[in-house]
Amino acid sequence: MNVLIYLIPVSVLLGALGLAAFFWAVKNRQFDDPEGDAHRILRTDYDDHPKE
Amino acid sequence: MDETFERPGPACPACTGATCARPEPARPEAGNLFFSVPTVHCAGCISAIERTLEAMPGIRSARVNLTLKRVTVDADPERVTAEDIVAALGKIGYEAHPLDPSLVADPNRDAGSRDLLMRMAVAGFAAMNVMLLSISVWAGASDTTRDFLHWMSAVIALPATAFAAQPFFRNAWQALKARRLNMDVPISLAIILALALSLYETANSGEDAYFDAALSLTFFLLAGRWLDHRTRIAARSAARELAALEAPKAIRLTERGEETVPVGELAPGERIRILPGMRVPADGVIEEGSTEVDRAYLTGETVPVALGPGDAIHAGEGNLTGALTARVTAAGQDSTLSRIAALVSLAETARNRYTSLADRAAAIYAPAVHLLALAAFIGWYLLRGDAHFAITTAIAVLIITCPCALGLAVPAVTTVASGRLFRRGVLLKSATALERLAEVDTVLFDKTGTLTRGMPELEWPERVPPRAFAIAAGLARGTLHPLGQAIARAAKARGVAPAEIADVREIPGKGLEGVFEGRRVRLGRADWVGAEGGEGMESWLAVEGEEPVRFSFTDAPLKAARELIDALRARGLDIRLVTGDREREAANLARILGIPSDKVHAGATPEDKFALVEALGGQGRKVLMVGDGLNDTAALAAAHVSVAPGTALEAARNAADVVLTGRRIELLPGLLDTARSARRRILENFALAALYNAIAIPVALAGLASPLAAAIAMSMSSITVSLNALRVK
Repeated sequence: MNVLIYLIPVSVLLGALGLAAFFWAVKNRQFDDPEGDAHRILRTDYDDHPKE
Repeated sequence: MDETFERPGPACPACTGATCARPEPARPEAGNLFFSVPTVHCAGCISAIERTLEAMPGIRSARVNLTLKRVTVDADPERVTAEDIVAALGKIGYEAHPLDPSLVADPNRDAGSRDLLMRMAVAGFAAMNVMLLSISVWAGASDTTRDFLHWMSAVIALPATAFAAQPFFRNAWQALKARRLNMDVPISLAIILALALSLYETANSGEDAYFDAALSLTFFLLAGRWLDHRTRIAARSAARELAALEAPKAIRLTERGEETVPVGELAPGERIRILPGMRVPADGVIEEGSTEVDRAYLTGETVPVALGPGDAIHAGEGNLTGALTARVTAAGQDSTLSRIAALVSLAETARNRYTSLADRAAAIYAPAVHLLALAAFIGWYLLRGDAHFAITTAIAVLIITCPCALGLAVPAVTTVASGRLFRRGVLLKSATALERLAEVDTVLFDKTGTLTRGMPELEWPERVPPRAFAIAAGLARGTLHPLGQAIARAAKARGVAPAEIADVREIPGKGLEGVFEGRRVRLGRADWVGAEGGEGMESWLAVEGEEPVRFSFTDAPLKAARELIDALRARGLDIRLVTGDREREAANLARILGIPSDKVHAGATPEDKFALVEALGGQGRKVLMVGDGLNDTAALAAAHVSVAPGTALEAARNAADVVLTGRRIELLPGLLDTARSARRRILENFALAALYNAIAIPVALAGLASPLAAAIAMSMSSITVSLNALRVK
């Protein structure tokens, strides 16, 4: 069971990485328009290449 | 898209966006324009709007936000104006309203919600990790393994709660400083005591640690707060952005000529110019010119009033036909507007006494929990004389009874309900509006602009001789006068081609004059065209050498009004009508809508309306006031709850608790149904939370509560309550 001493902190650290990613997303306003993003995927005009 | 939102970094890092914004008006984002587009609803709308706008020269990018029903445009201010964009959107079928960028781009606006979201994320993350560790403990970890798992939990839980639970600590501290108890006091106490007890147990290799309880409690409660905050922000900003649509300006006459100034800068004695189509900016006396003014918003009268030099004009009246020069007699504090505003603030102080269901629940709950925990401590201490066991039991009682479900009971329901309402076009401005709507038993309607269109309509257009109709329509083409516009509209609707009239002139306060087939034709007041005036709203057409023809008008009720009244009556509500308009018009409408004459109050001043609402309230009635005019604002503020259509004046929308977008008064019955259903769900949620407590408290009091039992009770009650909230119709 001694391996727990490493494994638990490592898994917590990995989780914290996910949390940091979420923070990044919130700071970048990824959650400002949840409804619009849900609809945008259904648009008929494709944007294969980035805008000029 | 991101950079369109980012503000340039302030020169000093400490200075906030608000203070920086003022000294540098020419920010790089000055080209940013914001529009409210209430009808956008699908992927097709997004594409159409973005494609159309981005094809316009001078527009760098356009982005639709569907959640807020708003378009952000990054445009070159030299080449594109807000009006161009509104016109372009109008052409593809979307009504758009420019928004005040300083209000929309306010950086503090959604900072609160983002802050709560971060705290919630931290609490959720920590709760999940600690819960996993706790499950190992409950599964039978013992000795050093258990101690290690507990220590690990402590390492996660302590910093996480220190960050995430701050809002509760802050509120609780403020309440305690004011010597009050609110919901946050037992919450903070439970969190802190749970952590302290767990830490003590961990240090002494004890069995029970409540780290997971402290964290999941924080998480669920933050979820409730966050939902609550989001709905409130959405409603408030929607209402405030509407307010930003109107920026009242006045034309001041000085020795140097005309200058356009904000209304607030006018002073008594100054001379102002009021063009046809403008709203009167301040109270005054006409010096030159004559006109007709529309007082519908001020008094509820539909018929325009003719005025000439020496007559008084009041702020808020609409100038219809002639240009005026007026001397300001009262501005700011002394004007009609401010007198009404004073009445409104008086009415609002009375309204603030309402205590929400959540507050009432907290008032019973908070002391009860503390007393129970204290009783558990004293009881067990006397019974066993074991301080450690007594304290543990008391803290277990605090944790188990902690109002997780209570904290979610109201916000979960209001979030669901206001989301449904927002999609239908109803903006809730006040957090408690739903609860108050559910209690309503009397509905008081304003007439003009609320139940009626607020603009006259031609009566019996089929009885008008076609030739006279064509001449009148030809004369009325392009006038601002509501009666003339009514004739033009009716002609268009009936397919009457306007006759060609030469030399059309508008004579302010009298009517329109022109030449038709070599003869002088006049459309206007009875005495001016040489006819015998009748009753009600009318206009006469006189062709030289012929009998004058009468056009009569009515303030027609909205199509949906009759069904609306019937639907409300079917819900057992007492319907009343109050108006500043004359007896005859009010009785007419009441007859059409089937409102008995003893429930119609005509000729009411703003003070009368206010007094009527107060009197009804004094009889113990819960009055819903529906109105749109300046004369309704005091009544709107005084009523138990109030609704204003989106077409209402800014002041009325500000005073109302609920704003309907557009003139969709027919949403009212559905709104009341949702409110009643929401109230039922809230009460059910309280009952559910109480039920869980009724089971858990005896167990905790008996000293049998374990961390596992606490975790189960807490999650189950929170989930049940949230699911129940989804049943709101």
